[in-house]
Amino acid sequence: MDPKTYKFDTLSLHAGYQPSKNAGSRQIPIYQTTSYMFDDVDHAAALFNLERGGHIYSRMSNPTVQVLEERVCALEGGTAALATASGMSAIFLTIMTLCNAGDHMVVSSQLYGGTVNLFRLTLPKFGIKTTFVKPRDTEGFKKAIQPNTKGIFGELVGNPGNELMNMPEVSKIAKEAGIPLIIDSTYQTPYLCRPFEHGADLVVHSLTKWMSGNGSSMAGILVEGGTFDWMQNDKFPSMTEPYEGYHGLSFAEEFGPTAFTMMARAEGMRDMGPCLAPQNAWNILHGIETLSLRMEKHCSNALKMVDYLSNHESVAWVSHASAPGHPDKELAEKILPKGTGSMIAFGIKGGKEAGAAFINNVKLASHLANVGDARTLVIHPASATHSQMDEATLKFAGLSHDMIRLSVGLEDFEDIVNDFEDGFRAAKKPRLVANK
Amino acid sequence: MKFKVRGIDTFASTGGRPFDKNKPLIVFVHGSGLSHMVWVLQTRYFAFRGYSVLAVDLPGHGLSSGESLKTIEEMGNWVGDAIEAVGCKQASLVGHSQGCLVTMECVAQHSKKIKTLTLMGGASAIPMNPELLSLAEESNPKAVDLMMDFAHGPAGHFGGHPVPGLYHLNVGSMIVQNKEIKDTLGVDFRACDNYKNGPEIAKNLNLPTLSILGAQDRMCRLKDGKILADYIKGSEVHVIENCGHMMLLEEADQTLEILKKFILKNDPIK
Ligand SMILES: Cc1ncc(COP(=O)(O)O)c(C=O)c1O
Repeated sequence: MDPKTYKFDTLSLHAGYQPSKNAGSRQIPIYQTTSYMFDDVDHAAALFNLERGGHIYSRMSNPTVQVLEERVCALEGGTAALATASGMSAIFLTIMTLCNAGDHMVVSSQLYGGTVNLFRLTLPKFGIKTTFVKPRDTEGFKKAIQPNTKGIFGELVGNPGNELMNMPEVSKIAKEAGIPLIIDSTYQTPYLCRPFEHGADLVVHSLTKWMSGNGSSMAGILVEGGTFDWMQNDKFPSMTEPYEGYHGLSFAEEFGPTAFTMMARAEGMRDMGPCLAPQNAWNILHGIETLSLRMEKHCSNALKMVDYLSNHESVAWVSHASAPGHPDKELAEKILPKGTGSMIAFGIKGGKEAGAAFINNVKLASHLANVGDARTLVIHPASATHSQMDEATLKFAGLSHDMIRLSVGLEDFEDIVNDFEDGFRAAKKPRLVANK
Repeated sequence: MKFKVRGIDTFASTGGRPFDKNKPLIVFVHGSGLSHMVWVLQTRYFAFRGYSVLAVDLPGHGLSSGESLKTIEEMGNWVGDAIEAVGCKQASLVGHSQGCLVTMECVAQHSKKIKTLTLMGGASAIPMNPELLSLAEESNPKAVDLMMDFAHGPAGHFGGHPVPGLYHLNVGSMIVQNKEIKDTLGVDFRACDNYKNGPEIAKNLNLPTLSILGAQDRMCRLKDGKILADYIKGSEVHVIENCGHMMLLEEADQTLEILKKFILKNDPIK
């Protein structure tokens, strides 16, 4: 006897939506509205007081956005989710729900640059301090924990170095300390990894990337695993003690496995307001319908690219957790059995100038500051995003002058290769090739 | 709220209002392996409308200490003691699934204490599938997956939780999995399987009774719910369409509306 609950691909098409409750509309309607009619004053009071479910105002929730929340939640195996206007706002809301002024976070040092800035520069303005730990330094996470530490945060596969954080081991450290482990799973999507199955308690995503795949819309999401016991210690008073904003409600007592998301919405979304537009939620949902198909091809194209680049005379080195000799290969095989994603970093022979020439002479690959589009994307950090940095600072960020960051798309592999050949040819004689 | 029943620390949600023993009391009793958390979309409403509410965690469940009680008879008796423990003389009872058997037992053993009885997703007996029972007794998480499968109707399998952002199949499953499965779900399933007093008690009930049934309930089938309701003299029956066993979540609003009318009529605020 096996449960007949829907599986991953089915959920990515159907979870969170019932046509019969939406005029039979097979596609999800875009509820382009700010607010929702109350039946009467009793109904209004009940909604405001979290006595019953429903929508009040689209800052707090919206029926189209709700489908996205449930769908990602179902795919991740979580209990509750809260969609936000961008990946950054999902991370910010998560930390603001978790921490008070005077608190501390332990954070992996290999993160998306925006997230580094948030922890390094912005959160200290709110009195929240961070200790950064190298992703492979599992013991370092333990050592960095202080009495006021409220969580451990990391990306499973660090960007751009492709170093893996040992999530199962780090989760044990978090559990021992009575604090949650939060994973930014943007690069994996639930197709490649479901962090709750490896001990994570909260997951965040920039849905802007592979989840949507279409590069049309900004969005983020916080997903709760329902695993963390907020009442096990006195570290999380805003979750466990009566909350004045809702007549003395204790979120942990009342909502248990969904308490964090309920709090993040009722307080964070209410007061900070980074809500997701329904049109954008719809665009992302459209992408999620084909998540498995796309991720499979992203990963197979990436494997072919790793092979092609590793054997190319103009390439000095290739970094991808699938690459031969990658130090985390074994761990990757264990927690990312379906593939290690489509982000590749490689070094081009000839350094910074060669890198710039390569970028200026590829035509199919798009030169831009995003990742996880269905199209192949390239950037040369040393001459673009990080052009102001000196050698030492570049090194701290895990970058080098010769590094090109590649987000492998879904095009025909041969077309990507032909395009790259043009780039490599130009990179051999960078001085002869003018800027476009 | 924490209080003691038979000397053991017990938790009950009071629906977000301080408990007041002078207000009419409604006690909610959860189903197998679950806890007070399943009732949040019914309890808060009454708590903010002049009632005192206790959504209890049975011993060993949710936030209550102690060991799970082994029989429905003991659980029914315990609910009666819990009402006394908070200093109340009478209460309306609301049960879901196993909680229906427990509340019926409570009426049988403590008849003077109970004003009204609401049975959601009930049946006069809940024999367990032997495979499911042994999986639960072995703490196999597959038992929880099967339970969530059976407990939700075809519509509920798609999600569509009334509270934006919640995915109810996984909410239910985490409530069960956050405890040792064999000590809660396993014990409860065995207690349900063993329980045989249902029909006899139902035939002798003599108080205002409401049955709320899901048209597509696969845990306690609609026809079994109707048989139970037929045993009970003058029982009101409401069938919710497109709904499985978890009506209190799957169709929380309809469930609340039906319950509201029944309670306001039969146990009004004086
Ligand atoms: C891993 C990761 N997390 C978070 C973000 C931020 O997301 P957004 O750009 O949607 O705000 C990004 C963006 O590049 C990212 O790559």
